[in-house]
Amino acid sequence: MVARASIAPAEVHEADVGEVPLTDVPWIVLVWNDPINLMSYVTFVLQKLFGYSREKATALMLDVHHKGRAVVANGTREKCELDVFRLHEHGLWATMQHDT
Amino acid sequence: MRPARRVRRTWRGDFEVRLPEAERELLVALVGTLRAALDGDVRAEPALRRLFPPAYADPADEPAEAEYQALVHDELLASRRAALDVLEATASRDRLDEAELQSWMTALNQLRLVLGTRLDVSEDDGPLPDPDDPAAPLHDVYHWLGVLLEAVIDALED
Repeated sequence: MVARASIAPAEVHEADVGEVPLTDVPWIVLVWNDPINLMSYVTFVLQKLFGYSREKATALMLDVHHKGRAVVANGTREKCELDVFRLHEHGLWATMQHDT
Repeated sequence: MRPARRVRRTWRGDFEVRLPEAERELLVALVGTLRAALDGDVRAEPALRRLFPPAYADPADEPAEAEYQALVHDELLASRRAALDVLEATASRDRLDEAELQSWMTALNQLRLVLGTRLDVSEDDGPLPDPDDPAAPLHDVYHWLGVLLEAVIDALED
């Protein structure tokens, strides 16, 4: 969320310099474990959508399977929204959030 | 002995599909059922929730989520329908090109997502449900869709 504007700007002027607005913080795309999607399918989709090697896609899929989720991509909000859309198109349970 | 592969890549680069007529008819019937559901109010149908998930998990991002859904919902719906259309139109064919088989893949996965949601499957479910369970035939269909999807993925990866 965007920080609330200060009612006393003079006091926070110095502190504002160099602070990165939260909206510029890169985003991450997560894929979550679900009981329906096949492991082979998740691996195949990660290779197809992101051009990952079979090894990398398999490692990510196993992270999803064992840890419940994995970060599969990151970037600007616009890029991550597109990634999430393509993952949803393929039926994966994907979300995005600030990389904090 | 392994049964003959249901789907395989040919030397020409396209794909051969060996499915009994009854299974092809079942695919068309399942597509018809899902398409009818997609023609209704998809947000009100719990079994379809996995087809239209939220993009932003954090409740603080709710405004972004609303904006995102307004932007892409129709496009996602159109994409889902397009894959189902290809599966239906090519269900009787013995040969498919790669794009068609990829549409089979996403369409089969949609059917599994909806059926699996309806059956409330868990990861621990074995392939063989209790035969006395009234939902046993649907579990069989769900399992069969998984076998078919695996065959499609294997062929695409060949």
